[in-house]
Amino acid sequence: MTLIKNMVGRKIVMSITGLALVSFVCIHLLGNISLFSGPDGINAYAKMLHSLGPFLWVVRLIMAAALGLHMVFGILLTLENRTSRAQKYAVNKHLSATVAGKNMIWTGLLIALYLGYHLLHFTGQMIMPEFSSSRNLDALGRPDVFSMVVHSFQHTVVSVVYVTAMAAVGLHLSHGLQSMVQTLGLNNERTLPVMVKVGAAAALVLFLGYAAIPAGIVSRLVGR
Amino acid sequence: MDLTLFVWRQRGQLDKGRLEQYAARNISPDMSFLEMLDTVNEGLIAEGREAIAFDHDCREGICGMCSQVINGIPHGPQEKTTVCQLHMRHFKDGDTIYIEPWRAKAFPVIRDLIVDRSSLDRIIQSGGYASVHTGGVPDANAVLVPKQDVDIAMDAAECIGCGACVAACPNGAAMLFTAAKVTHLAMLPQGRVEAARRVCVMTETMLREGFGSCSNHYECQAVCPKGIKVSFIAKLNREYLKSFMGNPGCSTGE
Ligand code: HEM
Ligand code: SF4
Ligand code: FES
Repeated sequence: MTLIKNMVGRKIVMSITGLALVSFVCIHLLGNISLFSGPDGINAYAKMLHSLGPFLWVVRLIMAAALGLHMVFGILLTLENRTSRAQKYAVNKHLSATVAGKNMIWTGLLIALYLGYHLLHFTGQMIMPEFSSSRNLDALGRPDVFSMVVHSFQHTVVSVVYVTAMAAVGLHLSHGLQSMVQTLGLNNERTLPVMVKVGAAAALVLFLGYAAIPAGIVSRLVGR
Repeated sequence: MDLTLFVWRQRGQLDKGRLEQYAARNISPDMSFLEMLDTVNEGLIAEGREAIAFDHDCREGICGMCSQVINGIPHGPQEKTTVCQLHMRHFKDGDTIYIEPWRAKAFPVIRDLIVDRSSLDRIIQSGGYASVHTGGVPDANAVLVPKQDVDIAMDAAECIGCGACVAACPNGAAMLFTAAKVTHLAMLPQGRVEAARRVCVMTETMLREGFGSCSNHYECQAVCPKGIKVSFIAKLNREYLKSFMGNPGCSTGE
């Protein structure tokens, strides 16, 4: 309990839940790029995931808990921090704060909104049910995830929504990754500027990796 | 040179406060920023108007009293320079200068540019000390300290408690100040003894005093007149984790 009563403790909760979320984001991307090797890639991957059974649910619950804590503390910290500096300067020059850093709450909330949509779309399959993979099986009798994704992303609007959401993730992480390292106390004077650069670069790689899927499909380079 | 000033005037905590315009005439580039304000004040007093209230003491960059946000930057545009050490040669004839007090919930305005920074004192009072039994003067080098550790402790000890870090922080956080104190004492054997309790109590006091928490924007480091580094904040975070692991009930319950 002291962890959440202390401001440093709260930030440590943010960074550990953030770490859990980024780990998921990385693994999820590694799984998703199997789409580039065609239906056999991603359909086999999806089948493997579902064969994990209870283990899959354990991971889902951990992720939900991490996301919940991260959101609660993110909102709480943001509100608290605003009251700590309620009065604004008439002239205010920021020397090092970035656009990404100053807008963590907005990129975060955008991600939360997107997550709702994404889970209803590809996990619950209630949005665009006509492409649902559980209703359409591939030649080997597996849920056809490949066609579901390709048909969905061929709608430009859907692709734009996904790429925008991934831009939010990229921005969030371009500040979040280095912030996480610093909050966990893993920096010294030498590593700090390096972490700032590495964090931003990693965020860019994640963004490009994720955005490549809808971009490839909507431009008809993938999925023909 | 001649300048146009917009200065924050506020009669007290209950007053809303506002920016007022003043002309600063015949300012020599060799004057310090505070001497420029002295000149303006002399003019105001001669006209029977109320002088601009601002904090100052040593005027040589070591006491941390002078506290003004100049054109949006605490201590003004010159790196690693306090307001009292900032010279008018860094400005141009005809410039417009905005002067505001430190702004943070934990630093209520007393008058004009003067804020109450006793919240920083209360952070120190809560744990920023080492309880030592004073007796005879100990022999020199009786307690050996590695050179690297001394250097880090001395760098951290440079903090003059001016509060510019709080004023610059978008969250009004006092992390750089507190991190400097925590690091300074944690690096030395005399301070090590109480390190776990200290970091816990001081961070709890920060919250109680109304300071925000750190979002790692590093604005504090950019304005600190003494070059205190945000790597000390990482050190504070490490000390906190260590303290928490050793005693998860680290709360003082005060
Ligand atoms: C894919 C999902 C997400 C990932 C991977 C992620 C990751 C991170 C990371 C690594 C940090 C840095 C933690 C630190 O400073 O120590 C962070 C900070 C933050 N996150 Fe997230 N986050 C995600 C979703 C969200 C959501 C949905 C919200 C919505 C409320 C949110 C709000 C915040 C805020 C406000 C901060 C800054 C806290 C501060 O420094 O004061 N995040 N995030
Ligand atoms: S850390 Fe720097 S800016 Fe903050 S109080 Fe100490 S000297 Fe002033
Ligand atoms: S008046 Fe002492 S530091 Fe400026």
